[in-house]
Order: sequence, then C-alpha cells, then structure tokens
Amino acid sequence: MRKLEEIRDQYQSARALCKKRIVVCAGTGCIANGSMKVFDALKNAIALSGLEVTVSLKSDNPEEHKHHDVYMVGSGCQGFCQVGPLVTIEPNGIMYGHVKPEDAAEIVASSVVKDEVIERLLYHDPETGAAYKGVSEIPFYTKQQRTGLKDCGNVDPQNISEYIAHGGYFSARDAYTKYSAEDICKLFQESGLRGRGGGGFSTGLKWNFARIEDNAKKYVVCNGDEGDPGAFMDRSILEGNPHSVIEGMLIAARAIGADEGYIYVRMEYPLACKRIRYAIKTAEEYGMLGDNIFGTEHSLHIQVMEGAGAFVCGEETALLSSIEGKRGMPNPKPPFPAKKGLFGKPTVINNVETLALVPVVMQQGPENYRKVGTAKSPGTKTFALTGHVANTGLIEVPFGTTIRKIVFEIGGGVLDKDGKINNDAFKAVQIGGPSGGCLTREHLDLPLDFDSLGSIGAMVGSGGMVVMNDSTCIVETARYFMTFTQHESCGKCVPCREGTRQMLEMLEDITNGDATEETLELLKEVGETVKLTSLCGLGKSAPNPVLSTLRYFKDEYEAHVKAKYCPTKTCKALTPIFIDPALCRGCTLCKRVCPVGAISGEVKQAHVIDPLICIKCGACISTCKFKAIS
Amino acid sequence: MSTQYSAAHSFNKVMEILDRYDRSESKIIPILQAVQEEYRYLPQEVLTFIATSLGVSPARLYGVATFYSHFSLEAKGKHIIKMCDGTACHVRGSSKVIDAIRTRLQLSAKKITTDDMMYTFETVSCLGACGLAPVLVIDDEIYGQITPEHALALIDKIEAEEKENA
Repeated sequence: MRKLEEIRDQYQSARALCKKRIVVCAGTGCIANGSMKVFDALKNAIALSGLEVTVSLKSDNPEEHKHHDVYMVGSGCQGFCQVGPLVTIEPNGIMYGHVKPEDAAEIVASSVVKDEVIERLLYHDPETGAAYKGVSEIPFYTKQQRTGLKDCGNVDPQNISEYIAHGGYFSARDAYTKYSAEDICKLFQESGLRGRGGGGFSTGLKWNFARIEDNAKKYVVCNGDEGDPGAFMDRSILEGNPHSVIEGMLIAARAIGADEGYIYVRMEYPLACKRIRYAIKTAEEYGMLGDNIFGTEHSLHIQVMEGAGAFVCGEETALLSSIEGKRGMPNPKPPFPAKKGLFGKPTVINNVETLALVPVVMQQGPENYRKVGTAKSPGTKTFALTGHVANTGLIEVPFGTTIRKIVFEIGGGVLDKDGKINNDAFKAVQIGGPSGGCLTREHLDLPLDFDSLGSIGAMVGSGGMVVMNDSTCIVETARYFMTFTQHESCGKCVPCREGTRQMLEMLEDITNGDATEETLELLKEVGETVKLTSLCGLGKSAPNPVLSTLRYFKDEYEAHVKAKYCPTKTCKALTPIFIDPALCRGCTLCKRVCPVGAISGEVKQAHVIDPLICIKCGACISTCKFKAIS
Repeated sequence: MSTQYSAAHSFNKVMEILDRYDRSESKIIPILQAVQEEYRYLPQEVLTFIATSLGVSPARLYGVATFYSHFSLEAKGKHIIKMCDGTACHVRGSSKVIDAIRTRLQLSAKKITTDDMMYTFETVSCLGACGLAPVLVIDDEIYGQITPEHALALIDKIEAEEKENA
C-alpha cells in the first residue's frame, strides 16, 4: 500500500494548484433547504464566467495535477442548520447563509472572480443586526470548541486523500505498527474518554475487558442507531466525516484483537448509509481496511447494517440481537458484550461520536486531551441544540459548559411564542431525549457533565437538547415522551411493558382532566418502580422525563389536576375556549363553522360559546378574522 | 416498480435476494429489507417462501417482521408521506400538521393508507433534521419548517400531477 505521507503530500500539491475552494454544505438539513441546487447553480455560474472548476480533486497521480480556478466540495453538516444552505469560500473564509440558486451569479462575480464580500448574504445577528464574515467571527462558532466536529463540514466526506491530508489514518497506523493492544487500552484509560452514547462508561476500560478475553474471534461494533428524537450528531458525523468513524473502529479493533466489524445505522438516515458505505469501499482500496492492514498481519472487515426502525436497538444487547437477525430485544447483563457479545463472541460496542473522537485522543495524547473539560468528564461533547432557540444546529463544547452559555450565547437566545428573541421566555431545557430530564432556570449555571446531570435526575444521553419556551406545557411534553417510550418498549420485561403503559394512561388522564391528586402520587411510585426494576436502559430511564418534571414543575402538574387548568393552554381538554366580547363583531362566521352548534349570538352582537356543548375542536379559532376567540 | 404482486415473476426476485445474502439466517433483516424494497411491503406468501428457504419457522420470520416498524405486512400507497414527530418537531408544532394531513386524507393513527391506495401517511420518531423542525418527507424528499397550509399545498401539488398524468 502507498504511504500515508505520500497520499498527503500529493493531495496538498494538487490542492495548492487550486486558487479557491468553495464548500457547500451537503448535510441532510441543507440538502432539504436546496443546497444541491445551489451547488449546481454555482458550478454553472463559475463555468459561465470562464473559470475552470473541478468538483473532484484527483491527487493520486502527480502527472495529472493541474491548475483549477475553483475546487468545489459538498461537505457534511456544518452544524448551523438554521442558516442553511451554507456556502463558504476559501481562502477568505467568507460564509454565506440562506443562499439560493439565484444568488450564484452574484457570488461568483463578487466573491470568486474578485474578493468582495456580499453584505446581504452574510450572517446577521437577529438581535443587533451586526454582520459577521465567517466561521472565524460568527458567535455561534467562536463560542464553541469543535474537536470531534472540526473536520465535519469542512472535508469532502467522499475524498479519502483529503481526510489523510488533515492527519487522518496516521493514528490508526500508529496503533497497528507502534503500539501493543495493551498500550492502546492503557492510553485510552489514561485519557479518561467516556462513551458518548449515553452511559458514559470508560472506553479504555471497556476495550480492556474485551482484550483480555481469550478468543480467536472478536467483533467491534459501531452503534449508529441514533434513535433519540432530537439528536443528530451521529448522523452528521457519518455523513460529514465517515473516515473518522472507520479510523476509530480500526483502533478499537486493534485494541481488542477483532477482525470483523459492523456499523449499525438507522434506516432513517439514507445519506449516512450511503456515505459510510462509500468510505469503507475507498478505505479498502487504499489498504486501510481488509487484509494486511498497513502491511501488518492484521485484518479488519467492516459491514454496514441498516436498522429497521426499533428504538430499543440502540441498547447494546438489543442491537447485537438485531445484527444476528433476531427481534431486537435486550438481554440481561452480565454477561457483558465484552465477554459474550455478537454471535457469542467478545464484542466491543462504541457509539459513533465516541469512535470519531478516538483518533483525536490518539493525536492529542492523553494528557492534552484531559486538559479540556472537567476532571471526571474530559474532552468535549456534541449537543444537538433545537426547539425554541434562535440558532438551532449542532454544537460542540467542553464538558463543564453551562446551559446559560449554550442557550443564550451559542444558541443566540430563546424564542418566545411569537418567534422573537426573549430570554425571559425560557422555561426549560430537555436534555437526553426520552431517557433524560428537564433542566430549569435554577440549573442555568450548572456545569454540564456526566455526573452533574446524573445528580439532578437527567442524563447526557445522546446529547439532544431541546429548548422550551413558556408556551410549552410540561405535562404534555412528559406525556409525549411517555407515548414514545411506551410505543418503543419491546415488551420483554414486565416493569417496562406494563409500567410505561400505566404511566402513559395516568398522564393522559392528567392532560384530559380526569386525574386526581392521588394520580400524581401513583405516577411517581410507578415511575420509581419502573426505573428500579426494568431489564435494560430503555425501561430504566423511561420514567426520567416524568420524574424530573414532577420534581421541578410540581405546580404545573397540580394546576392540571386540582384546578383542571392548563396554564399554557396546550391541553385542549383543560383550556376553555371563549369569545372576547370586546373583540367580537358578531359576524356569525364562528357560529356557522361550529360542528356541534355550541355557539350562539345575534348578528353584530358578541357571540358566546356553551362550554358544555363545545368539543374544543378549534374550528372557530381559526375561522375568526378578529382574533376574538382563544 | 410495480405495486402489484405477480407470483411467478416475483419469486425469481426473491430467489435472487436470498442468494445475495447466502440464505443465511443471520441476514433475515437485510433480506426482508430488500424484499420490501421490491414489493413495497411483505406479502404473506413471500414471507412463507423465505422461511422455507432459510429453514426457519414462519413464526420466527413473522416475529422479526412485526417487531421492526419499518416492515409492513400491508400494501402501502403510491405516495408515502412521513411526518417527523421527534421532540424538536413536536415542540415546534408537528401535531397541527399531522392533524391537518389526516383530516385532508381522511386517515387516522390506525388507518394509514387511503382507500384508493394513493397515499400512506405515517409519523416517524426522528429524521435527524431537527434544525429544520418540523419536518415532512414526501416520497423521500425532505421539506423543512412545514406548516399545515404548506403541507396541504404539497398534497395539492401531487394531486394536480396525478390528474395530469391520469
């Protein structure tokens, strides 16, 4: 095989012949916003302007290296999904947002042919209106610390040479040629790297358990079954920097002595599946995967397996059952997969984000890696910031960062019910999806890490972070999560199967106004029992969203139960609809659309709704031209 | 791809798929995925056929096919509409869009395919495009920041195209 240094140098010399590089975000978010049309429009506009453009930089044969005016790349997710489609022009580092195909000609004329900046396409702070030129200036980026995501959204995910030129596969080569398996496990134990999939278990320790097993056949598995609604970092990494995951698996395989690997990806992520498959194919062609890796006697063969839509398969033992072609049900632990995993063989399962960090840890060395983050949770963590926040997207910050910084600074503030930035509208942050809990105003200055979140009944989970403003009903949100976990419960163990159903029914009673104060007591009791007695992580964490909101939003639950009133007017059954007599003009429109005849009133006189007949369908609200009904 | 199931022709396809996966029991899920890709659902006859070929009981195969939400034992409509109801989409108002689409197509949580086999409407837990919430997918095309009005307009568009092609 060719030396990595040679591939790197050849790429760099080919790259040096390109005058400008345009990166168009081709992550799922930007593609949905039309970024591929922007890509084509830019390409055509460049060609029309007489410049020479290439979309695939072939660097392997130095004789074919030639001058290009522009090198265009479709990258993975750049994180700032809110402003997509994103276009970055290098070397100036100008970033344009909300780019439309119609803008292509102007961009080429001003910023490609010349070096001028188009003011209107820059990112403007929604509050101050200030314009920012690019990644080096936009607060969303400057306040982050992108380590695992550094190349995600910059490198061409389909170009292995570019990954190598950014230092890729060097760590894997070291792992196979310089280190012993024991050294690698030790190095990762020293680094303190903890699994990013939710549990936060020490990666080095996990590897070591599998390493000491005496078995000729071992497996390494990448868990890309990112089922937590509201989390999409694994998707972004697989789409944007698939080689980093492969390199992480190579190092893991070397550490435990595995020669076969699986990458299990949700079928909801077709682009991620496509990119990782392509990356595996090229890595095999370049001799990084397959037999005799890096010229050694070691081999590793990786297959991609698409999930079939079961949330519980994110649990490691369930995921293994699924790869074996069975119903994806979890098994009791111990035996842990490191002892008896896939097809009964020792197996290491790591999450996508963890694996993408593995080469980074090796490059930095354990001491440097520990310098960032907190003592017990070193390094950085990626969060998917969504919900009622100005800047939605994917962010990466050191462990120990506060919610205040994430939501108000990086996130640019909370959006109120009218979509305006108003930090007073902040109500809660739901972190960790259906396994996590709610953090409130009192937790704004809590340094986030595995242990601090655990201590207040939440968890890092996969890192989904949904900001909720004061128009969100906490009880309804808890009901929403319980509907999800109840539906996804595999049914193997009784506490989870029956307990989540009972909890859901109680929550439905509460939101329908059929509950009493005893319901709240019972809900808490059942929740604690489910948490204590369920077989796997799904059931053990399913009550978290309910228990944590019961703890921090007791008042809101009580309003639903005692006063039969939903303070945010979200729960229809607990929100009386009435007509404001001051605003009603007596147009009779509402009376005519009401399907049950609950509205009465004469022409040009204020109408009234009979609450005993009203079914709260909301037809009158949307019909009223004077906004008199609420 | 025909949605109609024609026996003689289709078993050849199934044989091909089975061979592609070495008729291995551990490849049941990829086999079912490939079969579903072919027929758009898992016809009962085909399931029995696969079970026999793999040497497993039909119950074992049925167990797998019913466990995973991706597999469908019923035929789906020509156009598949999926609304994301993940957390981010939920707090940004996906329920209203879901209600609007269900009312328009006269569907419910239980009845997901229209009688004329034109549309199947399902909710999915998360598509990972949370930055664009709420998200709607029509025939694999993703639409972000969707409103009930926007969703209905998209259905109108399909309807118009269908009429033109009819």
